Amino acid sequence: MSRRTRRRLGQAALYTIATVVLLYTLFPFVWAISTSLKSGSAIFDTALIPPDPRWDNYVEVFREQPFGRNILNSVIVAASTVLLSLALGLTAAHALGRVTFRGRALLLVTVLGVSMFPQVAVLSGLFELVRWLGLYNTLPALAFSYLIFTLPFTVWVLTTFVRALPVELEEAAMIDGASSWTVLTRVFLPLLAPAMVTTGLLAFIAAWNEFLFALTFTLTDDRRTVPVAIALISGASAFEVPWGRIMAASVTVTVPLIVLVLVFQRRIAVGLTAGAVKG
Amino acid sequence: MRRSIAAQRRRDAVWFLLPLLVALLIVAGWPLARTIWLSFTDASLAGGAHRFVGLENYAFLIEDPDWWRAVRNTLVFASVSVALETALGLGIALVLDAQIRGRGLLRAAVLVPWAIPTVVSAQLWAWMLHDQYGVINETLLLVGVIEAPRAWLADRTLAMASVIAVDVWKTTPFMVLLLLAALQTVPVDLHEAAQVDGAGAIRRFMVVTLPVIRPALLVAVIFRTLDALRIFDLIYVMVGNASATATMAVYARQHMVDFQDAGYGSAASTLLFAVIALATALFITLGRLTAPPAAR
Repeated sequence: MSRRTRRRLGQAALYTIATVVLLYTLFPFVWAISTSLKSGSAIFDTALIPPDPRWDNYVEVFREQPFGRNILNSVIVAASTVLLSLALGLTAAHALGRVTFRGRALLLVTVLGVSMFPQVAVLSGLFELVRWLGLYNTLPALAFSYLIFTLPFTVWVLTTFVRALPVELEEAAMIDGASSWTVLTRVFLPLLAPAMVTTGLLAFIAAWNEFLFALTFTLTDDRRTVPVAIALISGASAFEVPWGRIMAASVTVTVPLIVLVLVFQRRIAVGLTAGAVKG
Repeated sequence: MRRSIAAQRRRDAVWFLLPLLVALLIVAGWPLARTIWLSFTDASLAGGAHRFVGLENYAFLIEDPDWWRAVRNTLVFASVSVALETALGLGIALVLDAQIRGRGLLRAAVLVPWAIPTVVSAQLWAWMLHDQYGVINETLLLVGVIEAPRAWLADRTLAMASVIAVDVWKTTPFMVLLLLAALQTVPVDLHEAAQVDGAGAIRRFMVVTLPVIRPALLVAVIFRTLDALRIFDLIYVMVGNASATATMAVYARQHMVDFQDAGYGSAASTLLFAVIALATALFITLGRLTAPPAAR
């Protein structure tokens, strides 16, 4: 085989693999869109392009259950979680990234350790706490409990970014008499904005997708968040799972997320890989 | 001047750290301590008085074959799915790193499964794997791979393979992302030099690429393993509490919430925590951990 044909074969193989990868990653979602547009018995038709596309499933998912309310709940919970974890993460990152004190390394490892907690390991303790605080079946219970998985990576990523900032900036400000708080809000905040967008986005996605706490700490349909609502969609009888509606609900909440991720894909890659590459 | 700044900073640092510490104590420290305490009691989730029962819950636990099944399921799930997604993730990352047209599109497409909420992925695949109307049975019948439709999620042996396949689909993007970032730090001239020396593609990968990406590979495998060990939502939504696929987290929640047996469920949770803590300690000693955890 000549060098040229080998090269061509290699290229062909590469493009074939690329196509297979494309199919593998995208097909399930494409299939969900297809199913969501089929109504009635058309749902059992396995044509990829619906012969008679209809919006019925989308209308029904909002009519048969408080799905609009569920979306609003998810937005409220995820946004609150993001704000809380950014506020707590920023102040802590300032201290952890800049000030040397005894036990700092231990503290950072502890924070990282919290991210290893299985959610179910804190479930009964949190449930007790949530009920004791009178927060059972309320959204604050979720926004607050989600800090257990958003805080660790928020603190870690922001600390990494604080360390990368030049020390001279804040020293100049402090010599001019600025307090630590002023330095934090006037000097750090603007410089850390990109990092905060990244971590905020990751925290939003994590909170938006959370299932176990939402399933356990809420009871009524109007307090459910999107993942629980989608998991619990049921038909008139147990044998009649309304797949069309499930797919319509899934597509509705996933499209904005996919758009978000694609728009910010570079930032997300940075957030996920921060530190990992340096090993 | 510098000294006083440092002193002021150290004083302020306490106040800046306090909110974080209080928050972590409330959402993580205290609940974990309570869970461990409850595991030694006969507490019910409904509340009410409970009494100390010592190791009774643990004694019941180690005699329950379903518990040991859950332990085995967890280990099988974590090891097989992490092994598969590492291999697949590395393969895809290498393709994405090559000079091909449409690389941007491919890179974006690979992120899609990661962006889809786990519950949604579970439902998408449950529908595709449906025994009567699923597109997967339909396609496999058409191609002739199978002669009769399979009950992918009801069949005891197929169910585990199915949930692993879905987990691999969902989490491979994370691997790809981490490995791709590492691959881009591999010096090009090193590759060229090796090529000039007549090293083939496989040899170049082993000698040039692998040593550079090894730290990132290790970190990715560790994070995914710790994550896979506590898997709950995917399995719960796809197959519920069925014992063929129930992992330690599924088992613990079922006893804690469905059966309201907070004491017994807490004992199971505590053991899961111990397993993960052990794995974490093992990993930390094996290689220094310096990466932040990623969002799921």
